[in-house]
Parts: sequence; C-alpha cells; structure tokens
Amino acid sequence: MQIKPILSALRRHKAGTFLIALQIALTLAIVCNALFIIHQRVAHLSEPTGIDEPNLFVIQNEWVGTPGTDRVDAMIREDLQVLRQLPGVQDVTTSNSYPLRGGGWDDGIKLKPDQLQDTSGATIYFADEHFIDTLGLKLIAGRNFRADEIGHMDMRYKLAPPTVVVTKALADKLFPAGDAVGKTIYLIGGPTTIVGEVELLQAQSVERWASDFAYRSVIIPERLSMTLGSFYIVRTRPGQQEAVMRAAGKALFAHNPRRVINDEDGVLSFHDVRSRAYESDRGIAILMGVISVVLLAVTAAGIVGLTSFWVGQRRRQIGVRRALGATRRDILKYFMTENLLISCAGVLAGTVLAIAMNLWMVTRFEMHRLSLAYLIGGVVILLLLGQGAVFAPALRASRVPPVEATRSV
Amino acid sequence: MFVHNLRLGATSLRRNVLLTALMIMSIGFGVAASMVTFAVFRAVSGDPIPQKSSRLFVPLVDNRGPQYNRRGEPPSALTYTDAMALMHAHKATHQTMLFPVGLSVMPEDAHRMPFKAAGYATYADFFSMFDVPFQYGSGWSNEQDEGREPVIVISRELNQKLFGGENSVGRRMTLDDRQYRIVGVTDHWDPKPRFYDIFDGRIFADPAQVYIPFTYAIAQRIDTYGNNNCGSDGKRGDSWDSWLQGECVWISPWVELDDAAQVQAYRQFLDGYAREQRAAGRFNWAPNNRLRDVREWLDFQHAVPPESRISLSLALGFLVICLVNTIGLLLAKFMRRAPEIGVRRALGASRADIYRQFLAEAAMVGLAGGALGLVLTAVGMLGLGMVFEPQIARLAHLDASLVLLTLLLAISATVLAAFYPTWRAAQVQPAWQLKSN
Repeated sequence: MQIKPILSALRRHKAGTFLIALQIALTLAIVCNALFIIHQRVAHLSEPTGIDEPNLFVIQNEWVGTPGTDRVDAMIREDLQVLRQLPGVQDVTTSNSYPLRGGGWDDGIKLKPDQLQDTSGATIYFADEHFIDTLGLKLIAGRNFRADEIGHMDMRYKLAPPTVVVTKALADKLFPAGDAVGKTIYLIGGPTTIVGEVELLQAQSVERWASDFAYRSVIIPERLSMTLGSFYIVRTRPGQQEAVMRAAGKALFAHNPRRVINDEDGVLSFHDVRSRAYESDRGIAILMGVISVVLLAVTAAGIVGLTSFWVGQRRRQIGVRRALGATRRDILKYFMTENLLISCAGVLAGTVLAIAMNLWMVTRFEMHRLSLAYLIGGVVILLLLGQGAVFAPALRASRVPPVEATRSV
Repeated sequence: MFVHNLRLGATSLRRNVLLTALMIMSIGFGVAASMVTFAVFRAVSGDPIPQKSSRLFVPLVDNRGPQYNRRGEPPSALTYTDAMALMHAHKATHQTMLFPVGLSVMPEDAHRMPFKAAGYATYADFFSMFDVPFQYGSGWSNEQDEGREPVIVISRELNQKLFGGENSVGRRMTLDDRQYRIVGVTDHWDPKPRFYDIFDGRIFADPAQVYIPFTYAIAQRIDTYGNNNCGSDGKRGDSWDSWLQGECVWISPWVELDDAAQVQAYRQFLDGYAREQRAAGRFNWAPNNRLRDVREWLDFQHAVPPESRISLSLALGFLVICLVNTIGLLLAKFMRRAPEIGVRRALGASRADIYRQFLAEAAMVGLAGGALGLVLTAVGMLGLGMVFEPQIARLAHLDASLVLLTLLLAISATVLAAFYPTWRAAQVQPAWQLKSN
C-alpha cells in the first residue's frame, strides 16, 4: 500500500483530517484517565474488612437522659444479654465503632514513653471478650481477652488499658521482626502490653485521610460506656439475619424504652454499611464508565460522518481508480489506511495530552500516576474504534462502480 | 428573512438525516453531561451566605506548636480555654462559639418514642451573625447567655413535629431530662455547604433542629456530639473538668469584622493573645494564628467534594469533544452543498447571506441538541443518587435557570462550532463551482 498518495490526498482535506485527529486525541486523553479512575475506585471498594460481613449487623443505640458511666455500662451489659437470648443470634459484642463506619477514635502509637512523633496512627476499637469471635476475626498469635480483663471507661478517661490486641498490619509496622506479642507499646495514656494479634481488621474510615493506617488497628479491652451511646454488633446464624434484625429493636425497647434507635439507620446490615461507605466510589466508577462509553460512541459517529462525506465527495476519483484497474479490495484498504494514519497522529497527540491531564489531576486531586497499561489499552481501543468506524463507509466506497468515472456530476 | 433562513435550515436538516441525527446526539450528550455535573458542582460549591461571606471569619490559634501541628497549620477548631478568651475579649463586632449537641426529645405524649434532635450549643450572636430567619420569636439575649438560662430555639420542622406548627414561643419542652423554655422558632434555614460547622464534617447533613446557649450546655456538662481532636501531646485531661482545661479542640469559633481595619486589628489581637499565652508558659512558640473568611475557609477545608470537581472537569472535556465532533460534521454537511452555494452566490447572494443561512441552520441543530440534552439531563439527575451521597444529590435539581442554561449552552456552543464550517462555506468561489458543474 502506498502511503504517499494518501498523504497528498489528506493535504486537500486539512480541516477534516485535523478535526478527526483532534477528536481521537481528546477522547484518548479522557478515556484513559476515566478508565484509570474506575480501576482505582473498584480496587478501593473491594478491599477486605477482615470480618464475617454476611452474618453481621449493627445497632446504634443512644441513651435518653443523663445516666452516669457506671449506669450506662450496666445497661449495656443488660442489652447484650437481651440480644444474646434472641433465637438465631450466634454472638454479640459492643464497640464504639466498626469497619467502614466512617469515623471513630483514631490515635497515635509510640514505642517509647518520651517519643515526640507517633510511630504509627491506628484505629482504636473498644471491645469486650466477645469482640474477636463476634466479628469473625482470625487470631494468629497470642490470645483473646479474658472476661475479667474487660473494664469500662468514659470517653474522657485516659486511654491506658493494661493489655491490647493489635492487627498484623500494626504489629508488622511496630515490630518488623514479627515478635509483637508480649511487647510494650505506648498509647496516649501510658504503656500497655500486646497479648494477641489478629490477621485483618480494617479501619473505621476508608477516606483518603485514613489510608495511612488503613489496616492498623488496636483492640482495647474496655467497653466505652458513653452517655451518647454505642454500637451493638450482632452475628447471626447463617440465613437468620433478617429475622434477628426485626426482633432485636423490639426486644431492646421491651427491656428498656429509654433509648433512641433511629428508624432510618439505627439498625444496619453490614451489606448496607458497605454500600453506604463506598457509595461515592461506586458512583464515580459508574459515571466514568458511562462517560467513556458515550464518548467512544460519539467519536465513532464523528469518524463515520466525516468519512462518509469524503467518500461521497470522491466518488468520481474512486471510479477513475477502479476504471484504471484498482480492485475493490484496494479501495477498501485505501480508506482503512487513511484512517489508520489519522488515528496514529491522533493517539500520538492524545498520549501527550493524557499524561498532561493526569499530571494535572495528580497535583489537584492527589490522584495516582497513570500507569502505562492504561495508555496502551486506550491507544489500542481507539485504533480499533477508528478502523471499525471507517469500515462501513470504506465498504461503500469500494462498491463505487468504475462507470462512475464517466459521470460528470 | 430570518424566518426564511430557519425554514431553509429545517429543510436542509431533513435532507441528510444521518448526519443531522449524529450532530444532535453529539450535542445532546455533551450538554447533558456538562449540565448534570455542573448542577452538582453548583449545589456543593456555592457561597452559602453571599451577603456576608466576606465579613465572617474563623479565628484559629495554634495551641500545639510546630512539633505537633500538621504542616505548620493550627488545628481547625479551638480549645475551651481559647474559645473563652476570645469571647471575653470581645474584640469583634459580633462573636460566637459553637459545638454540636444531640439531645433526646421526650414527647409529652407517653405513647410516643423519644427521638434525637441534633443542633448546636452557641451564643446569642449566632442568629444575627448568620442571618438566621425566624418564624416566631427570636434568638436569646446576651444576658441570657451570661445567666446560663435554659432557653432554646427550635427549627420550623421540629416545631411542626411537636406543636403542629403553631406559635410555641413561651412553651416548655424536655430534652434529656432538662426543661427548656422556647424563645424562638427559626424559619427553614439550611445553608449548604454548612460553612459554620465544617470541623464536624456535617457539611451536607440535615438542617439543625435545636439551638441552646453554650454557657448552659457547659454548666450542664452536655458533651459535644461532634469531633474532639486532641493531637499527640497528651494534654487531654481525664475528667470533664480537666478535659475542659486541656488542649483538645472541639469548638468552632466565628467573628464578624466589618472592614479591613477591623480585620487587621483582630489579627493583632490574636497575635497579642498568643504572645500572652507564651509569656504565661502555655505556648513555647511564636504566634501562629489564622483568620479566614467564609470562602477562604471553605476552600482551605476542601468543603467541595473532589468527586464533583473531577467529574466537572471531565464533563467539560466531554463537551469540548462533542463540539469538535460537531465542527467536523457541520463541515461535512456544509461543504457537501458547495455547488448549491456556488449557484446562490452567482445569483447574487452576498457572503453575509450565506453566513446568516448557515448559522441559522446551526442554531436549529443546537436547539434540537439542546432539547435532547434537556431530556438526558433530567435522566441524569435521576441517576445522580447513584453517584453522590443522597444529601448532595438532593441539592442538585433541575430548575428553570438550569433548563434555560442548558438550552443556551447547546445553542451558543453549536453556533460557535458552526463558525469555521460557515466561513469555509462562504469562501466557496461561485465561478469555480459553476465551471466544474
């Protein structure tokens, strides 16, 4: 296939050529970045929590009036008893928070008492001896808390329990040698000893600010007995979640009506917790997906439209070439090659544009750098799209009969 | 003549249905994508209090020092100690402090369940500083602040729920076993984003339902329902009193300053205060204070979700691509009629006539594209709930101004896109066309 005549023909259609190339370039830049954002969001929303999500639900219980810390703790223990007696319940625990909730208590962990900067940030989960079993966490070293170790505290007390359980991610950060159990670490209130290590437990927030310590959590053997209220986390036997969720609120109110459990989101299955936490991530992924598909369709439509115009304009030339012995295949190849040349110029410019756009987003929105795979993928998609879009008009061109050469208009 | 041009345009559009349809779709999709994202962007990034945003300021004091603060910035709220010092100094025209409270409302009717009402503990100036509208009564007075009186302002919505919407000023209500006297009922008031309480991350939450005096809340040890940020230096306290005197920040401060001179004076006052604290041994670093007005504060706190900015920029890129596409298609469409143009020019049509005819045709395409764009925008609005949190999605809605803007954008963008193809059409040489025919 001779490229030179194609180039000289294109020179006569500078504007059209330029517009198609520009459109391909812009489309490549946007689709690449959109696909990349989709990938990041999807990767983010499939991060594991480490807990037995299908069988867990959460009750947010707020107290009415102004009971003191000790009274609150007694009421919490009564409630846990009430929930445990419901049919279908496997285990129940209480905490100040849970993974994917969106916010809670985060704090700094130090290795020495006089250290200025924290060694790591960590999510603080308050727990009783049922916490690990209820959530379905996997204890990989050390031991669980004993019932007699569980204390209770108000939000204002110093955070200084004698023992804690940590996640593997935190243990590895603090003690890279892998011997965290038995070691002393410093919470804000003072020293404490690590007695156990669980494999995986995600932080309360999946927002960017919490990503520095995403899986680094500390489990504190105290019930946080605040007047403001706390969460009950219930693990049900498989298939019984809905029934237990319906019964739980009623049983709690029957036992003690001086409480508030919000109608709207007071009782949430973990399925709902997850979809709430990742609502905007999933939404962005869908939005980007829709934009990309429509954009590719618009670009394809543009190529079809302009090429059809060219074919219509060049019917006579095509007829002449056919009369001079060019086969239908030659004509088809001509238009396909023409498009490939324009597309190549487009993707070349588009690559530069895509990188520039990504760099701008990196600085503006703290995004990651675009990976090469997305660029290559985008280039391949657009070249294929161009060839696909040009095929129908090119086929029509190839059907121009040689007799067209003799027609005057 | 204009009508004639439009009629010519409409005829021409019908002549090449495929190209016309492609153009209309292209414009429709481009405009819809931009409008949907723009609606979200407008909803979340508007100035929540335009009439006063340049006179309301957040004063912040660095109580952590360079060793513990983040990137040199003071924390985003005040300690109780600093909040009280600023209130008592009275250096601004108006000043208020606030923190969120969540109170259980005990209905008089024993059969009804108690429920939580969220709101703020604040000072009397809150209502005048933020132009809070009242349905009945008013806010409380500075004297009632000083007297730590159990008075309360409730929202129109809560008044509706509890008292069926009648004037409840003077009535009593019970919240968490405490009796309050209602002094005012606000009208519906829900500035978005909620600029005055960004610290607690409730920028797009449901409107506040109750307001009680800060001084009464402290006297009654009513805990904050919001954030409590203590930093790493350990001075947190371990009881209510020591916590109150400690270095945790949890109070959002606001001052109203009328002109540049007052702003300057307030900055000096803040620095002077920080130096005093240093002299007293509480700080051991140079004054590091901030004084930002509403817009600067929203900007600094990244109150606009990055999602809406990212999608706005992508949607604008999308619109550009659709326009490039439209330019190409219009070019193809117009140039195909070169012979016709040649004949018209030879028969005496001026270049201006050609311009008028083709731009009118483009405007018709734009109008059709705008109509399609409007339908797609409406569909997109319905789908917004999937993309953004419901609180934000609710803010964006298709109102008259948006409809107008959609059509205007579609038509002007198309006419703009049509300039180059029209120019090319007007350049057609009558003689050459006639000869080649």
